[in-house]
Amino acid sequence: MIKFQNVSKKFGLGTHALDDINFSVDKNEFVFLVGPTGSGKTTIFRLITREYLPTQGSVLVGEWDISRLPKEKVPTLRKRIGVVFQDLKILQDKTVLENVLLPLEIDRKDLIAAKKRAEEVLGEVGLSEHTNKFPTQLSGGELQRVAIARALVLSPEIILADEPTGNLDPATSWEIVKKLIEINEKGTTIIMATHNFDIVKNVDKRVIALDKGKLVRDERKKDKEAKKQS
Amino acid sequence: MSFIKTTTQNIRRSPYQTIAAIVIMTLTFLVVSFFIFLLAGSSRIVSYFESKPQVTAFFKNEAKQEDINDLQNKLKETGKVSNVKFVSKQDALAIYKEQNKNDPLLLDLVTADILPASLEISTYKIEDLSAISETLKSSPIVSEVIFQKDVVSTLTSWTSALRKIGMAAILILSLVSIFMIVTIIGIKISHRKEDIHIMRLIGATSWYVRWPFILEGMFYGAVGAFSAWVLSTVALVGASPFLSDFLKGIPIFPISPIFLLIVLLTELIMAAFLGGLGAYLAVLRYL
Repeated sequence: MIKFQNVSKKFGLGTHALDDINFSVDKNEFVFLVGPTGSGKTTIFRLITREYLPTQGSVLVGEWDISRLPKEKVPTLRKRIGVVFQDLKILQDKTVLENVLLPLEIDRKDLIAAKKRAEEVLGEVGLSEHTNKFPTQLSGGELQRVAIARALVLSPEIILADEPTGNLDPATSWEIVKKLIEINEKGTTIIMATHNFDIVKNVDKRVIALDKGKLVRDERKKDKEAKKQS
Repeated sequence: MSFIKTTTQNIRRSPYQTIAAIVIMTLTFLVVSFFIFLLAGSSRIVSYFESKPQVTAFFKNEAKQEDINDLQNKLKETGKVSNVKFVSKQDALAIYKEQNKNDPLLLDLVTADILPASLEISTYKIEDLSAISETLKSSPIVSEVIFQKDVVSTLTSWTSALRKIGMAAILILSLVSIFMIVTIIGIKISHRKEDIHIMRLIGATSWYVRWPFILEGMFYGAVGAFSAWVLSTVALVGASPFLSDFLKGIPIFPISPIFLLIVLLTELIMAAFLGGLGAYLAVLRYL
């Protein structure tokens, strides 16, 4: 589904955001992307959504090599990937429902069907009673769920969640993670970047660890089990 | 549908910029409207004078009817003359009486004998007037020749000058309007930069982002043109009693509603184009 082959990303002043990264993520997989701030987690997401192009190597998303993807195909790629941004990127002057409706409007869905779908997804994330509220009227956890609903509404094949539990209390964090696991169980590939080692330790999923732009650990479920036994 | 919704939101959320854009468009199209009215009016006046007998030859009292007929035929043979009308002494008296029916004192003093018979001649082209006038002057039975060449040529040169000044004014104001729309839409784009970035990240195409701004420019143009049309039409209707008095005898008023609707439609199309063009330039520059 997603494949990074010898990917490096260098920025203007020669800073290596990523250095020779190799990994692949299968369909329906749930992967934690861990590492300290500045380790390259967000850069990986930005490469997948083609916000950035790799300096070296290739990034494959489905059948597309993102370096060779024509500019006009980028919106199509982005509609296939739901992103929960680190800073949420919720439109402040739109209601919860309007925010969730936005990807459907962009995808030119029929307005009535779109509204029905948005309400359905808001129901799934437990925000049915907040549809007409503005973002400023919601708590951190609720905003996080709006972002998840917006990422989910086009039923994407992949969801990238960048620190979705950052700044949330443990109970709300677990609620969000459970929601993402539930979505994954329905068939969506999920990559979740996080700092929260408590969650990573207690959820039995693959972990890719980055440090200073290098991949330092790629631990699958079986490896974790073996580690536990030893 | 969502384009229209976004456009209306953009317009509602920045009322001062909206007012500025509409006012500048209204000013431009006020000039356009007045120019169209002036041009249409002046060409009606010119064609009125052109259609009137343009050369009048007054005959001496001793002129015989057969000599007058010969002269009339000679003029027709030139092929330059569109119409020749003979006005006898009796006809001249009837015209005089009609013109002075409210002044019985003037009517009492005049008889058919003192009024000369005349020929009223129209030509197809204004430039043929001089030749016809010379032919008439050389005839021994003609006492005086008057013609309206000067009136028509003065009017024609005025109309042509008006057209040039009007075109220049419209061109300058159109450019100012386009730059204003580019600036206003540019401000709005930078104001919504974050929203646009988010929309692009979740899969919006460039045109999905651009269309609401272009529609906004077209809206400013159309509303400005409509306001200008209303203002100029009201002004024209208000001034028509004075104008029709001033242009006595020239059939300009009442103004046809079809003409006014054509002006409105032309202005709406032109304004939507100008507004759309300004907005298009802004989205190309900033998006």
